[in-house]
Amino acid sequence: MAHILQTSFLPSTSTLRRTPIPGSKAKSRSLQVKAKIREIFMPALSSTMTEGKIVSWMKSEGDKLSKGESVVVVESDKADMDVESFHEGFLAAIMVEEGGVAPVGSAIALLAETEDEIAEAKAKSQSSSGSSSARVVEEKPKQKQESEPAVSAVAPTVSSTKTVVVGSAVHPASEGGKRIVASPYAKKLAKELKVDLGTVVGTGPLGRIVAKDVEAAAAAAAGVVAAASPASPAIAAPVASGIELGTVVPFTTMQGAVSKNMVESLSVPTFRVGYTITTDALDALYKKIKSKGVTMTALLAKATALALALHPVINTCCRDGNSFTYNSSINIAVAVAIDGGLITPVLQDADKVDIYTLSRKWKELVDKARAKQLQPHEYNTGTFTLSNLGMFGVDRFDAILPPGTGAIMAVGASQPAVVASKDCRIGVKNQMQVNVTADHRVIYGADLASFLQTLAKIIEDPKDLTL
Amino acid sequence: MHSICSQATTVPISNFASGSRSPALAFSKQVNLRFCGLRKEAFGFSGLTHSCSSRVPFSSRGYSKKISASAESNGTPPKSFDYDLIIIGAGVGGHGAALHAVEKGLKTAIIEGDVVGGTCVNRGCVPSKALLAVSGKMRELQSEHHMKALGLQVSAAGYDRQGVADHANNLASKIRNNLTNSMKSLGIDILTGVGTIVGPQKVKFGKVGLPDSIVTAKDIIIATGSVPFVPKGIEVDGKTVITSDHALKLESVPDWIAIVGSGYIGLEFSDVYTALGSEVTFIEALDQLMPGFDPEIGKLAQRVLINPRKIDYHTGVFATKITPAKDGKPVTIELVDAKTKEPKDTLEVDAALIATGRSPFTNGLGLENINVVTQRGFIPVDERMRVIDANGNLIPHLYCIGDANGKMMLAHAASAQGISVVEQVTGRDHVLNHLSIPAACFTHPEISMVGLTEPQAREKAEKEGFEVSVAKTSFKANTKALAENEGEGLAKLIYRPDNGEILGVHIFGLHAADLIHEASNAIALGTRIQDIKFAVHAHPTLSEVLDELFKSAKVKAAALNHAPVSEPVAV
Repeated sequence: MAHILQTSFLPSTSTLRRTPIPGSKAKSRSLQVKAKIREIFMPALSSTMTEGKIVSWMKSEGDKLSKGESVVVVESDKADMDVESFHEGFLAAIMVEEGGVAPVGSAIALLAETEDEIAEAKAKSQSSSGSSSARVVEEKPKQKQESEPAVSAVAPTVSSTKTVVVGSAVHPASEGGKRIVASPYAKKLAKELKVDLGTVVGTGPLGRIVAKDVEAAAAAAAGVVAAASPASPAIAAPVASGIELGTVVPFTTMQGAVSKNMVESLSVPTFRVGYTITTDALDALYKKIKSKGVTMTALLAKATALALALHPVINTCCRDGNSFTYNSSINIAVAVAIDGGLITPVLQDADKVDIYTLSRKWKELVDKARAKQLQPHEYNTGTFTLSNLGMFGVDRFDAILPPGTGAIMAVGASQPAVVASKDCRIGVKNQMQVNVTADHRVIYGADLASFLQTLAKIIEDPKDLTL
Repeated sequence: MHSICSQATTVPISNFASGSRSPALAFSKQVNLRFCGLRKEAFGFSGLTHSCSSRVPFSSRGYSKKISASAESNGTPPKSFDYDLIIIGAGVGGHGAALHAVEKGLKTAIIEGDVVGGTCVNRGCVPSKALLAVSGKMRELQSEHHMKALGLQVSAAGYDRQGVADHANNLASKIRNNLTNSMKSLGIDILTGVGTIVGPQKVKFGKVGLPDSIVTAKDIIIATGSVPFVPKGIEVDGKTVITSDHALKLESVPDWIAIVGSGYIGLEFSDVYTALGSEVTFIEALDQLMPGFDPEIGKLAQRVLINPRKIDYHTGVFATKITPAKDGKPVTIELVDAKTKEPKDTLEVDAALIATGRSPFTNGLGLENINVVTQRGFIPVDERMRVIDANGNLIPHLYCIGDANGKMMLAHAASAQGISVVEQVTGRDHVLNHLSIPAACFTHPEISMVGLTEPQAREKAEKEGFEVSVAKTSFKANTKALAENEGEGLAKLIYRPDNGEILGVHIFGLHAADLIHEASNAIALGTRIQDIKFAVHAHPTLSEVLDELFKSAKVKAAALNHAPVSEPVAV
């Protein structure tokens, strides 16, 4: 096979040159006059080979080639082979891209003798590309999309332009954004998905860019592209004054993301379990420490986190339909309505952080959310979601499970109710109803029931919340 | 995985990163070490042929007399001996020698200062194979595409780190027990303690704090092996900056690990770590990855083992400084351009594995007592493993095998050298043909090789004026490989078309490590292509890859008329 290979990689004088390639007659004549721009042909790597697929180009356009250097990897019916250059020069133009198939003997690239001729060769390749019989087989991108995980919980992007924050990675080695620290796989993905790492915010250890950051950035970018043209007039339209009746207004990027996630949630088998919790003690506690800046949201998040710590299965998610993913930290996402959409700022490690810090953190997140300045890791790392409509007087409702998490809890208003106690007395107590929606692939009814029991205990005796 | 199996007593590793060495020197050494396993002996080929052609059959007793005069000054050797043969170091090399010595009727003792089994069994080939077995299975189970193609459905594969680590550890202790028992049952005395040579045919051994004992033997074999080599500037803490010794315990699976050195130790660990979910960055001082392999095999291996995996790499750079993770800071690695010596980059990773080769373990052997000066730590020997002293004279009755002599840092090479020495001391001259010793890298798929690489063969051919041809076959055309859905792979034969001599065989593909032996045996026995091509292979088996390889070689008609099988050649 080796010697066939050597002769088939054609210099301008070889036999295959003379066999006319359909549609490229004129071009080859002009080449003979100049003889300085050579064509690289699809070699015959075996006697039975009629066409070859370009596995990869080992050189890029403009690269210098020395004699004997490998230029391209070609897959034949038998093996993948390196094809070497038999001339020195510059790889001027690649005519068949990676993944493309070309018949044996057809030109797959042009080789210029000097750097000056690269442009000329490029022009030539363009004029001839129409007649080239190469066809590109598209198979890579499809696979990519399948493997792309659900990007974030409820709202992955704040706004198309803001998600991409240049140089805001906090990695100590990044030298203020000058250096990009990305894991090997993140780099590889960025190249494949054509994501500029400089615009990706890292959420890995020490702010390192990891694979999921790149995927998120790619998904966001895709959203931008999809929304771009139709969305622009809509944004220009006077939305603030109200809604113009009789019009169709395309989703903003955020709304698009919400829509996508909501539809995706239909593929998850969910079920619901409700519970009524007495909040007198919690209300009393809240009154006591309100002056220290503690919010009800923080208290609820803290209580939930403490209950989750005792029931790790409620903090799992099911990524692939085959396994439990036990999250290492308890990150409580809390849904917040912002104009035209909603977002879920995340209180990270809510079980470990004390209530005062948690309250301060919450305030900071809400401010950021209003200013649309949340970083991806501040809204897409939730492992359990809280949604509270109590402030509107809603006494009970039902939430949709955000993809990528195991459970969401809908919290209703705490209201005075006439309650019969076990010792046969009637009294008035403040009660709220909570309703948890969970993924039944990983979380079962009994799990949820005992979690809610623990949560009720914590809320009804909230001394642990301030520890 | 680790080239050699021998004793390595507990000596701080820093001893071997000799402080005075410049980084450049340290790395040139690294390169050398990597080549030791695969190449060094190949380059020394011409020297060996020379010694072979002038081979004079004389007994060990004969030549010992000839040179005893020079040894006289070191004291008179004892008249009667405790043992016929003492081996210092109970690694695979020492073990192989001891077993053969008993077979030859020698009264044998083996001295071990650490644990029986040496590097190979305890910190090398054996536990690494356990990890690689796990990584191979994980790879299969995780490859949804591959499984689907076979019609299999497997739910998410996961692993328990401690379980994997235990498997490696259990395997090592099992093999260690087997080794110990095999020696005990044959009546080999296992003497515990650090062995030191005190004079001709005299060895002292003992544990720290206990009185030393002195034993005498007619012949002594040094088989003390090697330890991981750590270049200057690299601080090993055993947790985040580690050597293969630590990595094999699998105490953690970091998210991102940098592997310094892309030889086969580094390559095998990259296979393990990526299968277990880590991302890997290779740091290689030479311009291309896997510098020890045949270039074509290396290129293909890179396409299969590196590019599609979660691995990136920096080539042509030295890691001049590596600081372990501390106080919430990650491991930092400073990279310097290998040519310009300019700082190039700083990496921050979760862990770093130093796989820059291995250093001979020869400290404390008492070499000064017998006037032997090591060369970069290695004990100088001739082609019969006889130790050479500072004046260039052979020391009678003293041999050195395995990593400690640096000829070919592979466990089975050490064992073969040991057997060769025993043959000599029992009256049959024997010279080992290192070019017939195969080497393997147990990645998925595996890489294996024997003899010369194509560039080496061409260089030799130019010097000696013969022609070289290359034949190749692909696993894609093999039924068994396709049945397994593992068609990725290449076998390459480098040969002389004028006489059909096999110069080298390189295989990359499914079970390559097991397939190489047909070629290495052919080289060892001097079988020519025109003869071996008529040997029959069962169908359908992977061995047909080699069958096809031999059949596709074009040996000139003139050679075919010669006598069918040439005499076995010892080179």
